Amino acid sequence: MLRFFLRRIALLIPTFIGVTIAAFAFIRILPGDPVLLMAGERGTTPERHAQLMEQFGFDRPLPIQYLDYLTSALQGDLGISLVTKKPVWDEFFVLFPATLELSFCAIIFAAAIGLPAGVMAAVRRGSWLDQTVMSTALIGYSMPIFWWGLLLIILFSGILGWTPVTGRISLIYFFEPVTGFMLIDSLLSGQKGAFSSAVSHLILPTIVLGTIPLAVVARQTRSAMLEVLGEDYVRTARAKGLKPSRVIGLHALRNALIPVITTIGLQVGVLLGGAILTETIFSWPGIGKWMLDSIFRRDYPSVQGGLLMIAAVVMVVNLTVDLVYGLINPRIRHVG
Amino acid sequence: MSEQTAAPHKLTADTAALTPRGPLSEFWYYFSENRGAVTGLAFFAFICAVALLAGMIAPHSATEQYRDALLFPPVWQEGGDWRFLLGTDAVGRDMLSRLIYGSQYSLFVGCIVVAGAMVVGVTLGVITGYLGGNFDALVMRLMDIILAFPSLLLALALVAILGPSLTNAMIAIAIVQQPHYVRLTRAAVMSEKGKDYVTAARVAGVPPGRLMFRTILPNCMAPLIVQAALSFSTAILDAAALGFLGMGAQPPTPEWGTMLAEAREFILRAWWVVTFPGVAILLTVLAINLMGDGLRDALDPKLKRS
Amino acid sequence: MALLDIENLTVEFGTGSGAFRAVDNVSFTVDEREILAIVGESGSGKSVAMLAVMGLLPWTATVTADRLRFNNHDLLSLGPRERRRIIGKDIAMIFQEPMSSLNPCFTVGFQLGEALRIHLGLARAERRKRSIELLEMVGIPAPEKRLSAFPHQLSGGMSQRVMIAMAISCNPRLLIADEPTTALDVTIQAQVLDLLLDIQKETGSALVLITHDMGVVAETAQRVSVQYAGQKVEEQPVMQLFSDPHHPYTAALLAALPERAKSRHLPSIPGVVPGQFDRPPGCLFAPRCAGATEICHREPPPRHGAELGHALCHHPLSGGKPVDGGKPAEVTS
Repeated sequence: MLRFFLRRIALLIPTFIGVTIAAFAFIRILPGDPVLLMAGERGTTPERHAQLMEQFGFDRPLPIQYLDYLTSALQGDLGISLVTKKPVWDEFFVLFPATLELSFCAIIFAAAIGLPAGVMAAVRRGSWLDQTVMSTALIGYSMPIFWWGLLLIILFSGILGWTPVTGRISLIYFFEPVTGFMLIDSLLSGQKGAFSSAVSHLILPTIVLGTIPLAVVARQTRSAMLEVLGEDYVRTARAKGLKPSRVIGLHALRNALIPVITTIGLQVGVLLGGAILTETIFSWPGIGKWMLDSIFRRDYPSVQGGLLMIAAVVMVVNLTVDLVYGLINPRIRHVG
Repeated sequence: MSEQTAAPHKLTADTAALTPRGPLSEFWYYFSENRGAVTGLAFFAFICAVALLAGMIAPHSATEQYRDALLFPPVWQEGGDWRFLLGTDAVGRDMLSRLIYGSQYSLFVGCIVVAGAMVVGVTLGVITGYLGGNFDALVMRLMDIILAFPSLLLALALVAILGPSLTNAMIAIAIVQQPHYVRLTRAAVMSEKGKDYVTAARVAGVPPGRLMFRTILPNCMAPLIVQAALSFSTAILDAAALGFLGMGAQPPTPEWGTMLAEAREFILRAWWVVTFPGVAILLTVLAINLMGDGLRDALDPKLKRS
Repeated sequence: MALLDIENLTVEFGTGSGAFRAVDNVSFTVDEREILAIVGESGSGKSVAMLAVMGLLPWTATVTADRLRFNNHDLLSLGPRERRRIIGKDIAMIFQEPMSSLNPCFTVGFQLGEALRIHLGLARAERRKRSIELLEMVGIPAPEKRLSAFPHQLSGGMSQRVMIAMAISCNPRLLIADEPTTALDVTIQAQVLDLLLDIQKETGSALVLITHDMGVVAETAQRVSVQYAGQKVEEQPVMQLFSDPHHPYTAALLAALPERAKSRHLPSIPGVVPGQFDRPPGCLFAPRCAGATEICHREPPPRHGAELGHALCHHPLSGGKPVDGGKPAEVTS
């Protein structure tokens, strides 16, 4: 099993290098002079131009620039945001917990509903339950989530007034962030009503962000279960006279979960993309919104740094999923 | 749980000679069993018809602004007007006509993106799957790099570089979808490569190019067709998302996603400006996904009954 | 009173192109401690019949019978809970592919102990003891270590031994073995077969052995039932079957045995088993039978009595020649 892990990690290195090159190339691909691009419409004086060129190292040969970039990045220096004048690294980590919290809740939401739904749909294949689950999953999968978010806002915030529209917590609460996770911080703050306010702000964004993963998990679980239910060892389990709930819930599910957990893990990439839309609609102060804003404000160091960090997060998650897969698949964990 | 749940078949008195179906007929048998797939196909045909006949069936032009009819509700609500069946938007444009013309953009995006991504992705996948070795490793790393970025984010960044427009959005989405085709084709080719008919063809002297594209590729089509349907719908959703974020089709283009961006500030005042474009996207994508599901069930031998 | 009593068992599958009759009015009985072999080619329905007895067929199958009784329980009308008390305990089945018949996610010990816990209610220590005993019975060395092994760590022969251990764990009255050695190496086949026979003698259970190998039948069975295209075409005690087959198909199978070769070429039976789309209107074997006459192609054959081996034939054989005159059905090379 150790070999399995090492091989996975080894494959990651060229990919990571490639990602850094892609992020590095981002600004360089933009047509035109990089300094002028950053200056925007205001333009600069020739002296300032030369100064900035030297400061950012644009006057040096490209491979050297890349190496500088790479060494800085590995030390946590991703440049300075043109808008806030603060280090990009710091900006990222201030906003990242918000996205992390939202993504985490969305995944829990997707798995908690999607897994049982998929299992039941597979077991009762062809029944109305199966068709309902599959139709609902299909609709969730086909929905433009930005529109879905707007609809939910119209319904629950506008017409019913049950949930708030924007932000992570009601403005009347203020406390210093400890972990960056509003659910935990609000509990720690001890202020009355803070926690429930945090929860009510999380509900709609979680549903919106979690809809597509929910649909995917339900469908994948169903198809993995259907595959497993046709296997010889399930027949053996039935031939032993075991209860159906045991055959399905233990013998079948345990095997079906192996590919499904991989799917759940891989949804992270989808989540980070969907976060851009969700955070925009709900004004959720996370990295999705930050990336979009940075693109519009031409804050190229932020965009570049954000791309690199997000790609790194995705790669780490994928690696973790691979490792978990190695742990739960007995063929890899216990080599013959 | 007994496996002998009563199946809706009566014992036939005699099972005399039956004839098997031809492949197209068999495909249609399984496809048409899936009512959802047939419904999807019908609706998709309807949308195609709408897109092709847009000039003739749209009551108004997509961009003409009626200054006297700003934010009119749909005809069945109070204040509605029979000239504008689904109401008007904030600058007085007819919603129905914009939706009709919008179908052209969505279908166009889907076709171009799928065609582009497929041509490049499948070719690359076949070559790399067949050749293997270092070339394969290189291409796979390249695909991994693309896949390391969340797809919408990457498309957004690409459009930011190229400049916001529908064309650039299509290019960006096609690039982002590459890895799926490459991987799928490569996996299929690799599994077919070891089969006897390929060895037989190679021994018979078929040159590599022909072997790749004429011998192996046709046998890999089933998952590719399903993927094409899936990525058609993904392309429409992504183009709409980019339009919504202001990075795709630019106003006043009546692309459904762009329409939603303009409508955002009116969600509480004028529900029709927000609802209808979204419904249009949802139904179109749903229809294509239903067809894709039907295709997968009809083409996948494992799910067939016998 | 027979242990297993089957009369006119029929199984039909609903397929995309119509109904397919996999088992067509098959009847036989199995007594206590008896060894019955069911012989036939692929497509003869021999496995499906036994899966129907166990209740393991998929939802597309329709099972009907005049009588399907085991140990005085009517299997057709049994509710799921009562059936589960019998399956795995009094009737057990082992399958053809041992490598895929064990759950890859659980250890051998876990899977072995399951039936013990659920059917016999044994506690953990007793289960462990009994599991080790069972593994020893089936000839697995170092049984204590094997309890914590995973199926992918076992070879084909060992997996099948574990399957046998699982099957006999609750002392079944009837053991069904569906081609237990087909997927194993030739060298292992004989071992596993011998094991099966020893176990059967030791536990005193009845054994239904499904196979396509006539050689295996000769060594193991007491009675033989021959199936073709879903129908039973002959049934006899083993010695009589080999010395005087009454159905042309049986005769042809025996003639194809290498031990019986009269010349350098082995006689083979021309043609293939009818599938779903080419079932002949008359006798199902007629297209391949050298002794077929016009009536064979036109009308379904009658079933004869025990003296002619219950043969399903218009011209049953006796002493190598058709009973009613006419040319012999023996296939020559």
